Amino acid sequence: MTAAIRVDGLGKCYRVAQGGHRVRYRTLRESLVGAVSAPFRRTGSNGNRLDQADAFWALKDVSFEVQPGEVVGIIGRNGAGKSTLLKVLSRITKPTTGRVEIAGRVGSLLEVGTGFHPELTGRENVYLNGSILGMSHKEIDRKFDEMVAFAEVEKFLDLPVKRYSSGMYVRLAFAVAAHLEPEILIVDEVLAVGDAAFQDRCLEKMRQCASSGRTVLLVSHQMTSVRDLCDRALWLDRGSVRQAGDVRQVIDRYMTETAHQVTPGTWIDLTATPRIGDGHTVFRSARFYGAVDEEPPVPDGPLHLAVRIDSEAESVAGHLRVEFQLHDRYRTRLLTFNTCEARQPLCVRGGLTELTFRVDRLHLAPGRYGVNLMMGDATDLYDSVSEAFQLEVVASADGDADRWGLSSLVTRTVHYHATPVDATVRNRDAL
Amino acid sequence: MNLTATGPTIDGRSNDEQTGPAPGQATLPGRVVIEPPNRWEWVNLSELWRYRELLYFLTWRDVKVRYKQTALGAAWAILQPALMMVVFTIFFGRLAGVSTGGIPQPLFFLTGVLPWFFFSTAVSNAANSVVGSERLITKIYFPRLAVPFATVLAAAVDFVVAGSLLLVVMVGYAIAGYPIALSWQLAVVPVAVAVVGLTATGLGTLLAALNVAYRDVRYVVPFFIQIGMFATPAIYMRPTGNEGRAVEFLMAANPMNSLIEAFRAGLLGGPIPWAGLGVAAVGALVLLAVGCLYFRKVEDRFADIV
Repeated sequence: MTAAIRVDGLGKCYRVAQGGHRVRYRTLRESLVGAVSAPFRRTGSNGNRLDQADAFWALKDVSFEVQPGEVVGIIGRNGAGKSTLLKVLSRITKPTTGRVEIAGRVGSLLEVGTGFHPELTGRENVYLNGSILGMSHKEIDRKFDEMVAFAEVEKFLDLPVKRYSSGMYVRLAFAVAAHLEPEILIVDEVLAVGDAAFQDRCLEKMRQCASSGRTVLLVSHQMTSVRDLCDRALWLDRGSVRQAGDVRQVIDRYMTETAHQVTPGTWIDLTATPRIGDGHTVFRSARFYGAVDEEPPVPDGPLHLAVRIDSEAESVAGHLRVEFQLHDRYRTRLLTFNTCEARQPLCVRGGLTELTFRVDRLHLAPGRYGVNLMMGDATDLYDSVSEAFQLEVVASADGDADRWGLSSLVTRTVHYHATPVDATVRNRDAL
Repeated sequence: MNLTATGPTIDGRSNDEQTGPAPGQATLPGRVVIEPPNRWEWVNLSELWRYRELLYFLTWRDVKVRYKQTALGAAWAILQPALMMVVFTIFFGRLAGVSTGGIPQPLFFLTGVLPWFFFSTAVSNAANSVVGSERLITKIYFPRLAVPFATVLAAAVDFVVAGSLLLVVMVGYAIAGYPIALSWQLAVVPVAVAVVGLTATGLGTLLAALNVAYRDVRYVVPFFIQIGMFATPAIYMRPTGNEGRAVEFLMAANPMNSLIEAFRAGLLGGPIPWAGLGVAAVGALVLLAVGCLYFRKVEDRFADIV
C-alpha cells in the first residue's frame, strides 16, 4: 500500500535576528548593503559568527509515514515544530531540506475562518471561504444548506459577519471547513474554539471524518482529544521526532518525560524552558508548597503557588494578568487561578517581583498535575510556559480517603443530614 | 530515546526497511511532492487555471468590499474620473489652454484619465495586495499569483463601470452635433485596454513580490504613480510643435503614453500610434514574464517573512 503521506528527512530553517526575534522583513537598504558586503563576509570574523547565530531549525531531519485512513495526532510542547510541520505539509511554506510526498487531495485547516471578511454577509463568506479552502462553486451550492444548518445561523445569513457574535462566527467558519471533503485532512488546534457544546459537535464531526476512511493529521495540546480520535501519535521535540507509534504509549511517555517533578518549596528555574510570548515580562522561576514551606499539598489543605517575574518595563500597572493552569495527565484543565479573579489590580515595578497565590482548599485528589504559566495584559501575551512543572498532591496524613480508593479527580467536602420519613408520608408520596 | 537520527515511521518501522523513492523517480499522478525551493521556476499555469474560481471569488470580494460601506457605492468609480475631467477641463483646457487637437476638451481629458485610472489603481492595489493578504497567505495554500491578479481584475471592473460615463459623454456630444465617427479603429480600443491591463499586471505583480521583502515599496509606489501621471502627457495634452529628440524618445519609452493615444484614437478617430502600441505590447509581455518569474521565485518565502 502506498503511504498517504511520506516525509523524508524534512528540515526547516529560519533566519533569526539576535535577541531571538524572527526576522520580519528587510529594507532595501539592508539588502543592498548585504549584497555589497557579501564578498567580504567570509574573511570578516564578524560575518561568520552572525551566520551561525542566525540559523534556527524549527524542524530537523523529520521522517515518518502515514498510511491512508490513519488518524495521527502530533503532540509536543510549544515551539516543538508542530505548526511548522503542518505548514510545510499544507504547502504554505517550503522546507529547507528533505522531501514530502502526498497522495491525495489535501484540505488543511490551520485556522478557523481563514479569509472571512467582516464586511461580507454570512452567505457571501461561505462561498469565499469555501473557494479559498479549495471547494468548487458547485460543491458549495450542494452543501450550502447543510453547512448553514450545522452552524445554526439561518436567520443571520444576509447580515455582515462583523455583526455576528463570536460564537456564530466561529460556528459558521467551522461549518464550512467541516464540509470540506478532502482525502487528507490537516488540522491545527481548531478544536479549541467555541463553547463546550459546539466543541463536542466538532469532535463528533472529526470522528466521522476519521471513521469514513479519511487520513487525518491533527495537532492538539488536549491529550484527551488526541487519545480519543487518533490511532497513532507523533511526538515532536525541538524540531525532531522523539517518538512515534501507538497513541497511548506515546502520550504516556510524553506525559512522564515532559514533567519536571519537583520537591515542594524549592524554586524551579524556568529561564531555559521553551516558551512563547513577546518577552515584555517573563517568568524566572516558580515553586509550590502545601500548608507550610517544604510540605506537599494535600486534597483538603491549602496550596501555595509562587512565581518570580522579571519585567523590562518601568512599571506594569493594573492590567497585568498572571495565570496558573492545573491539568491532569491528559491535559484536561482542572483549575485556573489568576490575578483577575482576585479582583485586585496587580501593580508590578520593573525588575524582579515575587508573586504568591494561595488557594485555601485545593479539593484535588492525590496525584500528579501539570502546571502552565501565562502572563500578559488585555492585548499582549508576555510569556507563556506550558508544562512549567508538575506538582504532586499527596493523601492526607489521616489517610481516610484511601479506604474508598478515591477514584474521582476533584474532592468536595459536603454537608449532609438524614431525616427519618414516616410510613404514611412515604405511601402518600409514592402515589 | 530515539532522537530520530534514523527517523522512525508512524508504524514504528525504521527507515531502513522502506524502499524510498530513488531520486528522479517519476511520481504517480495525483501526487504532490514538496521539496526545498529551486532558484528559478516557471509559473504553474495549469494549477492557476484549476484555481480560477478562487480568482473569481477574490476579485468579487475586492469589488464588493470596496464599495460596501461607502455612501455612494460604485458611483465612486464614476465620480473620480468625472471630477478629474472637470478639473482638467477648467485648469488645463480653459486656463492653461493646452492643445487637445480639435477634440472637445471634456472628451479629450476623459479618454486620457480613464485608462490612466485603470492603470494606477491596478498597480497600486496590486503592489499592496500580497502584504494585505497576510492572514490568507500564512494559513492556507493556493497559487499566490491569484492575489495580485485579482486586484487587477477588480480594477478592470471599476474601469468598465467608469466606461459608462465615457459612453454618456460621447452620446451627449453626438446628440449635440459633434461628429463621432465610429470606424474599424474601434477595434484598437480593446487591444489598448488589454495592453494596459497586462502592463499593470506585470508591474503590480513585481511590486507585490518586492513589497513583501522590502516595505519601502509601499511608500515608493504612490509617489511614482503621481510622477507617472505628469510623465504621461497624453493624459492631459496633445504635444504640438517640435519637441527635442530627447523628449520624443522619453515619451516613446513610456508605454502608457502610446496606449492612451491609441485608446483615444480608437474611440474618437485620429492617427493610431502603431509603433508605440507595438512597443508597449512587447514591453507588457516582457514585464509580465519578469514580474511572474520574480514573484514565483520569492513566493515560497512569503509565508515566512510577510
